Amino acid sequence: MTAVTDPFRLRDPARAEKLARTLRRLAPGRAVKLVHVCGTHEAAIAEHGLRSLLPEGVEVYEGPGCPVCVTSTADINVAVKLALEKDVVLCTFGDMLRVPGSELTLEEARAQGADVRVVLSAADAVRIARENPRKEVVFFAVGFETTAPATAAVLLGSPPHNFSVLCSHKLIPPALEALLRENTAVEGFLAPGHVSVIIGADAYRELARKHRIPVVVGGFEPLDVLYAVALLLKQLRDGRAEVENAYPRAVRPEGNPKAKELMGRAFEVVDAVWRGIGTIPASGLGIREELSRFDARRRFGVEAGVGMEEPPGCRCPEVIMAKAVPTDCPLFGTACTPLSPVGPCMVGAEGACAIWYKYGERPRL
Amino acid sequence: MAVPLKVVAVEGNEATVDLGGVRSRARLDLLGEEVKPGDYVLVHTGFAIRRLDPADAEETLKLFDELLSASDDGGD
Amino acid sequence: MPSGTSTGSVPGSKGRSMRKPLSEEKITALHGAGGELMNRLVAELRELFPLRAAGEVGLDDLDDGASLSLPQGEVVVTTDSHVVKPLSFPGGDIGKLAASGTVNDLAVMGARPVAMTLGLIIEEGFPISELKKFLSSLAEVLREVGAALVTGDTKVMGKGEMDGLVMNTTGIGVAERIIRDSGLRPGDKIIITGPVGDHGMAVLAAREGIPVEGEIKSDVSPIWPLVERALSIGGVTAMKDPTRGGLAAALNEMARKSGVGITVREEEIPVRPEVRGLAELLGISPLNLACEGRAVIGVSPDRAEAVISALREHPLGRDARIIGEAIPEHRGKVVLETRVGGRRYLEMPLGDPVPRIC
Repeated sequence: MTAVTDPFRLRDPARAEKLARTLRRLAPGRAVKLVHVCGTHEAAIAEHGLRSLLPEGVEVYEGPGCPVCVTSTADINVAVKLALEKDVVLCTFGDMLRVPGSELTLEEARAQGADVRVVLSAADAVRIARENPRKEVVFFAVGFETTAPATAAVLLGSPPHNFSVLCSHKLIPPALEALLRENTAVEGFLAPGHVSVIIGADAYRELARKHRIPVVVGGFEPLDVLYAVALLLKQLRDGRAEVENAYPRAVRPEGNPKAKELMGRAFEVVDAVWRGIGTIPASGLGIREELSRFDARRRFGVEAGVGMEEPPGCRCPEVIMAKAVPTDCPLFGTACTPLSPVGPCMVGAEGACAIWYKYGERPRL
Repeated sequence: MAVPLKVVAVEGNEATVDLGGVRSRARLDLLGEEVKPGDYVLVHTGFAIRRLDPADAEETLKLFDELLSASDDGGD
Repeated sequence: MPSGTSTGSVPGSKGRSMRKPLSEEKITALHGAGGELMNRLVAELRELFPLRAAGEVGLDDLDDGASLSLPQGEVVVTTDSHVVKPLSFPGGDIGKLAASGTVNDLAVMGARPVAMTLGLIIEEGFPISELKKFLSSLAEVLREVGAALVTGDTKVMGKGEMDGLVMNTTGIGVAERIIRDSGLRPGDKIIITGPVGDHGMAVLAAREGIPVEGEIKSDVSPIWPLVERALSIGGVTAMKDPTRGGLAAALNEMARKSGVGITVREEEIPVRPEVRGLAELLGISPLNLACEGRAVIGVSPDRAEAVISALREHPLGRDARIIGEAIPEHRGKVVLETRVGGRRYLEMPLGDPVPRIC
C-alpha cells in the first residue's frame, strides 16, 4: 500500500539503517556544529526525524535558508506601500503574506483594500499583468539563486509595459561567509541542493579554501542527507576541507549555465540587507540598467523606510544565524505559533521555527 | 519541489509534468537541453531547473553503497 | 416563481391532473413553512427510506416526535451538522456523509445504530431533484446498517442567506459495552482499518478543481459492520474515528485523554499513492486529512492479531493494519517512527487543512 514506484524516492530503510551505523562509527566524540542553509533540507531533516539518527555530539542547524525570513522589513514596507498607496496589483509568494513589516503585513494591507495576490511563479504575475492591462502589476521577487533565474527569464521575455519587479533576491555564498564571520563554532556546511543546481558545486571552492571548512552539496531525500552528513564527518575526521558533491544526479560543478547566463543578463550584484543579520556586501541582486523600466523601485520611487527590531523575546536573528534552535526561543510554541507568529521564522514556510512546529521537531528525540 | 516530476508532454517552452497522477505545468526556459516525455525534471516556482533520468537515481544509490561497503570493510 | 401556485392545477379538470412532478421544481419558502406544500415534499421524500420506525411512533406518523423501543444496553446518542462543500464529490455526497458520519460516531463508541433524525436547512431555489439524490444516498447507508429514519424537520432560508444545503442529524444506538477514546493502556496495539486521507484529499481536489489522473475518491462509508467484527473478538479498549484533523488529531486526542504515549510506524500507515502524491504537491500531510470511513482501534495485545484478521474479512477492512502501540513514555504525545528509522513527534494539527470538510 505504501510502496511508491518513483525511482527518486531514496528512503529505503535498510540503507538508512546502514548509513546511521556508519554515522555512529564516524562520531567525532565531541560536539560538532554543522550548518545548512535551506528550508527544504530542514523540512527533510524534521519530517524524517533525522536528528535522532545523528551520532552523539553532532548537531545540524538551519542558518539563513529561508528567503522569506531574511527579506528586510524595508522591502516589505515598500511592497505594502506599493499595494496600498500606488494602487498596484502586488503579486507575492504565499508565505510572504503574513511576515510583519514595520507596520503592516501584506495580508493586513489586503484586508485594508489593497490588491495583493498570491502567485506560485513569476510567470503567473506576468499573466496577471497581461490580463489587467490598465493596472500596474508588481511581482515581489523573493528567493535565492534557485528562484532568481525564473525572474530573469520573465524580465528578459518582453513582459508587458504594466509589469515590474520589486527585486529582493539574495545570494547564498556571501551569506555563508557572513555566517562564518559571526559564528566561529561552525565546522561544516551542508550546501543547498537546488541553489547548487543553479550555481554549481564549484561556487563553494573559495569558501572552503579560505576558511578551511568542509562543504558537501546534499540532496533532499533522507538518504541524501544522511550520506552528506557522513561525508562531512569523514572530512572532519581526515582533516580535509574540500567541496564534495553528494548530489551529482542534479548538481554539476558548473551548475546550470543557461540559468546563470539569464541571471547575468537581467541582474547585477548589489549589497543587501538581510533581516536578522544586517547588510551583507554583494549579497543581493538588482535589476540591470537595460531593464530598469521593469524595476519597480525606479518606476514608483517608493522610499524604503527604516527597518525594525524584532519584538522582545524573539530570537529569530539567532535562529537565522544558526546560533539557536527554535526550542531555545522562549516564545516558541507559546506566544509564537503559526496562527499567531511573532517573528519571521515562524511565518516563512522554510523558517526553522515553522518547520519545527509543524513536525514536532526536537534537538534529539 | 524537492521531488522530480515526470514529463508527460512537451508543448513549446512548457511541459506537462506529473506527480502521483496529479498534472501541472512547468516552463522550460532555464534548461539548456531538450526534454521529452519520460524524462524527469526538478521544478522550482513553475520553472524546470534540471533534467534527470531514472538512471541518475541508480548512480546515486551506487554512491551510497560505496560508502557503506567501505565502512563495512573498516576501510573508511 | 410564485410560491405554490405552479405546482398544480385542480385535479380532475380537463379529466386529468396537470400537476408537474415535484422533482422538476426548486425549493421555495413555502416548502419550509409547515403547510400543504411541505407535507407533499415530505411525503415524496419519505418514500426513499425503507426503514421508518424503531418504536411505536415513526416517520410515517408525522407526529411531533418519534418514540423508540430500544434493546437492552447503554443508549448512545450523537449529533452532527453537515456543511461539506462541494455537496457532491468523488465517492459520495452530503447525504452519504451525513448518514455515515452519524453511524460511525455511534460505532466507535461501541453502539449498534438503531435510529436517526434528520434536520434539513435548504436554500430557496435548491433543486428538489438534487435533494432527492442526496436523501437517496443517505437512505442507502441507513438501509445497509439497518437503522431507521424516525423523524425530521425542514426549514428553508432565503436565496443568498445560506449556502445550498445543510443537514443536521442525531443518531441513536445501543451498546453492550461502551468504548471510549480514552481507554488506551500501555501495551495496547493501535489499528487503523484502512488507508488515510482519502476523504480530505477527495473533497479538496474536487473543490479546487485540481486535475488528477485517476480520481481520488472519498472513503466515506458506514463502518459499523467493520467495528461489529472487532467488538465480537473482544479486547477493544479504545476507538475513535479520524475525521477532522485526520489520523494525527485522533491519535493525539486518544493519547492525551488516555494519559499514555503512542508510538506509530510510518511504514505501516496505509496511504493511497495518489493521495500521497497530491498531498506532497500541496505540502499537506495525509495524516492530517479527514477520513470518513475509518476507525482507529486500540486492542489489548493478546487479541490484536485476531481483530486484524476479523477486520480483513470485510471489504472495508482489507487494508487494516497494526500501526503502533500505546506506551508509558511521552504521555499525551504521539511519536512517529519514520520510514528511515528516525523519530519525531506527530503533532496535533492546528486545524483541518480543508475547511468545510464534513
